[in-house]
Amino acid sequence: MFFWILRRDLLLAARRRSDVLTTLFFFIIVVSLFPLGVGPEMNMLRVMAPGVVWVAALLASMLSLGRMFSSDYLDGTLEQMLLSPQSLPLLVLGKALAHWLVTGVPLVLMAPVLGIQYDLTGDALLVLTASLLLGTPVLSLIGAIGAALTLGLRGGGVLVSLLVLPLYIPVLIFGAGAVEASSAGLGAGAHMSLLGAFLLASLVLAPWSTAVALRISLE
Amino acid sequence: MPTLEGIDLTCIRGDRKLFSGVNFLLESGGLMQVQGPNGSGKTSLLRMLCGLASPAEGEIRWDGTQIRSLGGDYFGAMTYLGHLGGVKDDLTAIENLRISSALGGVDLDERKAHDALQHMGLGGRELLPAKVLSQGQRRRVTLARLLVCGTVLWILDEPLTALDTSAVRLVQGLIERHLEHGGMIVMTTHQEIEIAGAAIQRLQLT
Repeated sequence: MFFWILRRDLLLAARRRSDVLTTLFFFIIVVSLFPLGVGPEMNMLRVMAPGVVWVAALLASMLSLGRMFSSDYLDGTLEQMLLSPQSLPLLVLGKALAHWLVTGVPLVLMAPVLGIQYDLTGDALLVLTASLLLGTPVLSLIGAIGAALTLGLRGGGVLVSLLVLPLYIPVLIFGAGAVEASSAGLGAGAHMSLLGAFLLASLVLAPWSTAVALRISLE
Repeated sequence: MPTLEGIDLTCIRGDRKLFSGVNFLLESGGLMQVQGPNGSGKTSLLRMLCGLASPAEGEIRWDGTQIRSLGGDYFGAMTYLGHLGGVKDDLTAIENLRISSALGGVDLDERKAHDALQHMGLGGRELLPAKVLSQGQRRRVTLARLLVCGTVLWILDEPLTALDTSAVRLVQGLIERHLEHGGMIVMTTHQEIEIAGAAIQRLQLT
């Protein structure tokens, strides 16, 4: 069942490629605007880089959250999911994984290329990519809760950012912190472990909370 | 054989009471037609019966047990087709059918899905994306699930909207066959339906 949902969401994403591409281009443009605005001050750019890339990743994954459940809600598929004899948290996990594969993974792949604009060293680029790889699934999982809670509400898009962005803060701090720590020679191990812990905790907790939120939203 | 029982059901929307004190007992082979003017709470009642909403008062029992406590077991015995068909524009008819029956717990192979769509008069259109189908054809894709779901209880909200006369006859045939095999159906419709050999129980909401 998990794979059915995953396959379906990937298939839908493949048929509407524009949705995927807008998120990715948003990320690329936001990250590229900073060097243009701040100017070619290498030392400053190197310091700013992790924070800028992470904030852009946060906003980009936020941008696509609205679509996670709303199209299924509008055409009635979501009702069918709620009435499925299969476990709803598992279905939600499948949807969150699909969301990450479609919006998170392209960001992770693009980050090292964009990092070059900020004159990051090879090591720093590696840590940045690794931190995004661990952190972006957390964004999709936590975002799913917000998307489920704001389903069918007017102005849900703005509300979802107010709900979810504060919850993203720990991921942002430790994700950007990992790169800074590694540049400062402290090693990124501690930050990475914490990101890993966030990922495990959200893997366990987020699908359940999302399932409950969906049931409330559809009542 | 299982029974579906509603006891003293009350539905409140906002601060308006839609209906209260609704009682019924549906047994194997029975069809219950929910009637009432627009806005009388027919859809709300059906959503309660399938477990999407909970009644403000009263309880719904499947085989003597509250449906809330049955959870997935109840969902496995029930098929709900609502106003919204659950048909995805970007998927083909056959993909739509296979995915919606997978959600209902039935793994459908290509061949069977093909046969079901053929039976619903969609032969040759299986590979078209649903967005190019007409309203009635999309409805047929939704209804094709009834052919393959294998559940005892069907809850159908206006299954006949947008269908032409031949499709209406097709659905009537499906309903008759389901009742003959001991199935149960709760449905709303504004159209008159004739079902041979079944006692139709009418539930009037005001």
